[in-house]
Amino acid sequence: MVEMLSPLQPVWRPGSHGNFADGVGVVLSETQPGSIVQAAAWPGSERAVIAAIKTATGLSLPDGAGGGVATEAKAAFGFAPGRFLIVADDEGLADTLVQAIPISDGTVTDLSHGRTAIRIAGVKAEWVLQKFFAVDFSLPALPVGSGISTNHHDIFAQIQRTGPDRFDLYVFRSFARSFWKMLCHGCDEVGYEVR
Amino acid sequence: MLIPCPYCGPRDVSEFTYQGDAGRVRPDPASTDQAAWNAYVYDRTNPAGDHHEYWQHSGGCRSHLKVTRNTLSHRILDVAFARPSTAHASSRRQGPRP
Repeated sequence: MVEMLSPLQPVWRPGSHGNFADGVGVVLSETQPGSIVQAAAWPGSERAVIAAIKTATGLSLPDGAGGGVATEAKAAFGFAPGRFLIVADDEGLADTLVQAIPISDGTVTDLSHGRTAIRIAGVKAEWVLQKFFAVDFSLPALPVGSGISTNHHDIFAQIQRTGPDRFDLYVFRSFARSFWKMLCHGCDEVGYEVR
Repeated sequence: MLIPCPYCGPRDVSEFTYQGDAGRVRPDPASTDQAAWNAYVYDRTNPAGDHHEYWQHSGGCRSHLKVTRNTLSHRILDVAFARPSTAHASSRRQGPRP
């Protein structure tokens, strides 16, 4: 396996930062999944693609907009009608999905090198994200496993809630460093740890 | 102004792109009736009240939507996918919305 390079490396400062005297409000990390893949169903083939994702990954996507599921090693969620983001620690998921989803049902796009995955976790995670995105991050509006697509200053972002206080953000790799620096500034007031 | 996207839920208008009057009827492409084409391209009723219009959720799920908006109050009266076939079960928002 080729060593993965992070676009965050020049600004990566592990440790506690900001106003952490009373404890850190959030922990920031880069999850570096081996595979980040988008599957898009043709109209009418949504159910077939959802079934193929289950066959290929074992992840059972619930019906409903933004429905998703997350385990420690894999995650998937809908981010638009008939379109799904599937993430796995292992490389090669795109090839597996290409085999599972015939072109008559939909398309598969490997985004592994195009996205950077940032995790924000902690009691203040919702608070911090709310400063960046005009989206309701409360648990009833965004249950565990579900995901959304939104943007920040016109930069597209996909966000999945992977725990009650944990969110995984997928941003364009070319904008990841800028976004990370902004995220760190936003976390200053609650105290944050880079891990 | 908030637009309740059928897929994403209520989102700020800054995530959307206006795509024009949804009430226009395109003339037959084979038509050479210049008055009809002129009306299609340029004539707008510009109502002071309810208006059907297309929006794209360009900063979110990228769906094209048909929105009914009151031009006086900016109240959104109705939102639906511009292409109804998009409304598969996996595209319908589940659970409570605040």
